[in-house]
Amino acid sequence: MKRVFTGACIAGALALPALASARPVALTTQLQNYGGNGAYLAFYLVDGAGKYKKTLWVAGKKAKYYKHLSDWARGSGLNAREFDGLSGASVGSGKSLKVSVEVADALIDAGYEIRVDSAVEDGRDNPADARLPLTKQGAGKQVAGRGYIKSFTYDM
Amino acid sequence: MLRQFHSLPGLIGALLIMLLGMSGAILSLDPALERAATSLSSGVSVAALAGRVQQHYPGAEQIQRTPSGTLIVYYSAAGEPRAARVDPATGTAIAPYAPSAVSRWIKQLHRSLFLDTAGRIATGGTALALLLLCVSGLLLLVKRVGGWRQLARPLHGNRSQRWHAAVARVALTGLLLSALTGAYMSGATLGLISDGMQDEPDFPSATAGGQDAPVASLAALKAADLGELRELVFPIPGESNAVYTLRTQQGDGYVDPASGALLSYRAHSGVREAYELIYQLHTGEGLWWLGLALGACGLGGVWLAGTGACIWWQRQGAKPRIAGNSGAQAAETIILVGSENNSTWGFARVLHDALGAVGQRVHTAPMNQLAPRYGAARRLLILTSTYGDGEAPASASQFLARLAHLPPNYATQFAVLGFGDRQFAHFCQFAKDVDAALAARGWPRMLALSLIDRQSSQQFAHWGQALGELLGIELKLEHAPVHPPTVSLRLLERIDYGIQEQESTVVLRFVPAQDDGGGHRLARMLGRASLPHFESGDLAGVIPPGSPVPRFYSLASDSRNGMLEICVRKHPGGVCSTYLHSLQPGDCIELFIQPNPQFRPAAGKVPVILIGAGTGIGPLAGFIRNNTGKHPMYLYWGGRDPDSDFLYEPELRNYLADRRLTQLHTAFSRIQNGAHVQNRLMEDAANIRQLIAGGAQVLVCGSSAMAGSVRMALDTILAPVNLNIQSLRAQGRYREDVF
Repeated sequence: MKRVFTGACIAGALALPALASARPVALTTQLQNYGGNGAYLAFYLVDGAGKYKKTLWVAGKKAKYYKHLSDWARGSGLNAREFDGLSGASVGSGKSLKVSVEVADALIDAGYEIRVDSAVEDGRDNPADARLPLTKQGAGKQVAGRGYIKSFTYDM
Repeated sequence: MLRQFHSLPGLIGALLIMLLGMSGAILSLDPALERAATSLSSGVSVAALAGRVQQHYPGAEQIQRTPSGTLIVYYSAAGEPRAARVDPATGTAIAPYAPSAVSRWIKQLHRSLFLDTAGRIATGGTALALLLLCVSGLLLLVKRVGGWRQLARPLHGNRSQRWHAAVARVALTGLLLSALTGAYMSGATLGLISDGMQDEPDFPSATAGGQDAPVASLAALKAADLGELRELVFPIPGESNAVYTLRTQQGDGYVDPASGALLSYRAHSGVREAYELIYQLHTGEGLWWLGLALGACGLGGVWLAGTGACIWWQRQGAKPRIAGNSGAQAAETIILVGSENNSTWGFARVLHDALGAVGQRVHTAPMNQLAPRYGAARRLLILTSTYGDGEAPASASQFLARLAHLPPNYATQFAVLGFGDRQFAHFCQFAKDVDAALAARGWPRMLALSLIDRQSSQQFAHWGQALGELLGIELKLEHAPVHPPTVSLRLLERIDYGIQEQESTVVLRFVPAQDDGGGHRLARMLGRASLPHFESGDLAGVIPPGSPVPRFYSLASDSRNGMLEICVRKHPGGVCSTYLHSLQPGDCIELFIQPNPQFRPAAGKVPVILIGAGTGIGPLAGFIRNNTGKHPMYLYWGGRDPDSDFLYEPELRNYLADRRLTQLHTAFSRIQNGAHVQNRLMEDAANIRQLIAGGAQVLVCGSSAMAGSVRMALDTILAPVNLNIQSLRAQGRYREDVF
């Protein structure tokens, strides 16, 4: 909890100079009842060519399992600076996760896409389990995932 | 000390070991079940399979191959994620794939007790505890049986001890493997040991580009054999720079969807291969037979945790508690006790109380508490058992070392009483050592060393008499060992031999007491009216009226014969034999069964030589009666007079006729030109020598004097073929039941 708080402070401090040009985006993810251990999820932005841009959130604490969030792991290079202060607990089967993240205005309606990679112990890895274009219009739209994610939506 | 190393982790870990053993045993079925449902592929390339799969599943995203060879295809159809098991030969579906929820639940329990990291630490700790238990248990077992070479021998001890050790002997290897591999895997999961899983191939920075080729034509996939496939992930459609991810047994890499080239392949490190091997050895994945064996051992672990806790409980219950113990410096009699499993303490307590009752101040302590000086002690009584191969029992482990540092004590007389089992090679060896050491250190001996066989209460009472005479008091030592609950039996019939003689013999046949009356059927259903389980050669403990001490009689029947039979000679003045001889049909008695599994014909077809005298024929007749397999059995038996005590004569004639008995040799001592059974053995030496050299087993039952003569005779007979009783004993081929 403390770490999250510290992280939020740092993120806030970093965002401060660009306060006018960033906004909170709420990510809401509902998981399937797949019945295993808690799922690891990585939320991140990719550009139109599918190239990694920025990490939004990582659910799951144990870094040794991050490699199973394979597309995100590849894009971020698992560089700790990419997700410092942007991680929380894994999400149980059938549970939902709602998390608010800061996104720069410049990235909205600029051809970027939110992607979610997911992985569960003993289950298959799902790179790009859910994907949604990051647009003002797309806010509130719900998509179904391919793997452990039942539905994903964002609001701003 | 070693025992503490065994019981402490055992007690702490017992519940977890049971839980993990049980869940592990259930999980161990998975590889076998999976293997049974799978047809193995041979000579098929990954490319060929992927091509077939894609024909049937255009939305295929991933193909997985489990270690057992099951192929699973993940695909999406109509926007829904799906999975199916497919046939490696055709790529068509066998059935939709859904991992078993039960199996996953048990796996989670087995791995983490549903407690995540805390649970994983607990299970890892259990694996370490199990490792410690296996090692300490093995060392205890070796010590108990008297050496590594004796490990396969029949086991002794009470029922839970025997069953604990017997199962441990079988399950040990599997448990050791499970514990070692489990501890390693826990270490890897908790990040204490590297599992080499972190090394991923670098993602290719650029692909050749161009049109994607059909999957079946990709060179890198054509080169990969299906038997070595772990996983093939298809590229996400519409993604630029997308590639196939190929994981095989040897390494991981990416495959260019256009050129089919293998990009940035990375072979698995030795660390990872070691981890995967250990994982396989633990789970049995792909090694279904090992999985089943480990599962059975896991069940053995459950059993061991249960019986181990029982043994600990029994030992706690038998822990020495001496009431009215005088101080070491004030007491005139010091009793020191050497005991491994506390049974000797029962005798010490009886002695302590008997001496206390005549007004003596007595101090009783473990032998390890031998004091450098006793202020008022006039006599030192040492009661000790022997452990394993003639070693000191736990409570006496430092006694000899302590004694060596003490000045001789001329004022205190000593007597040593040894407890042991004549079946062992080093009978009462430690008691002999202690007796000799005290004498050598100059302590005056008050009473010669006495040895007690198998906790005989009679021998203990005799020793008490001798001690009492020396002290000028009447010392009545009545030791009643804790015995199992008794059953009530009714005398069905009695067959008398030599009724006019002073020492007549009677064969008594008992049936369950409550064989009639209203509650009969219910009682039978509850197993009340049936006989307890026993076999010929086991012992019946009879508690005669007026004495708490049970007397033991060898059983001459199996419980499946529907009755309990014993053969009793009347001893003038014998409390129990007089009581048994007075029983009339219809009378009821209380008795309990004490298993005596070492005195039994070995399984198999080897010939059995039965030697006995007098009532010693009882269990031997029982063996012959139940020799329905008609294995060769030779009986040498000695009686007094064929007119008065030819026990079981009609039965033996019948057994000869229907070949349950091969040969019968009798000797009678109180007739003209009388002979003993050992004389018959000598006369038939050539036959016996041939039988024993050919692997025959010898079972002897009778008085200890007869047993001694028989041993001498057999040693003489066997000398020409370089065999002797000792070597036969060591092989478990010479067993005695001596009284």
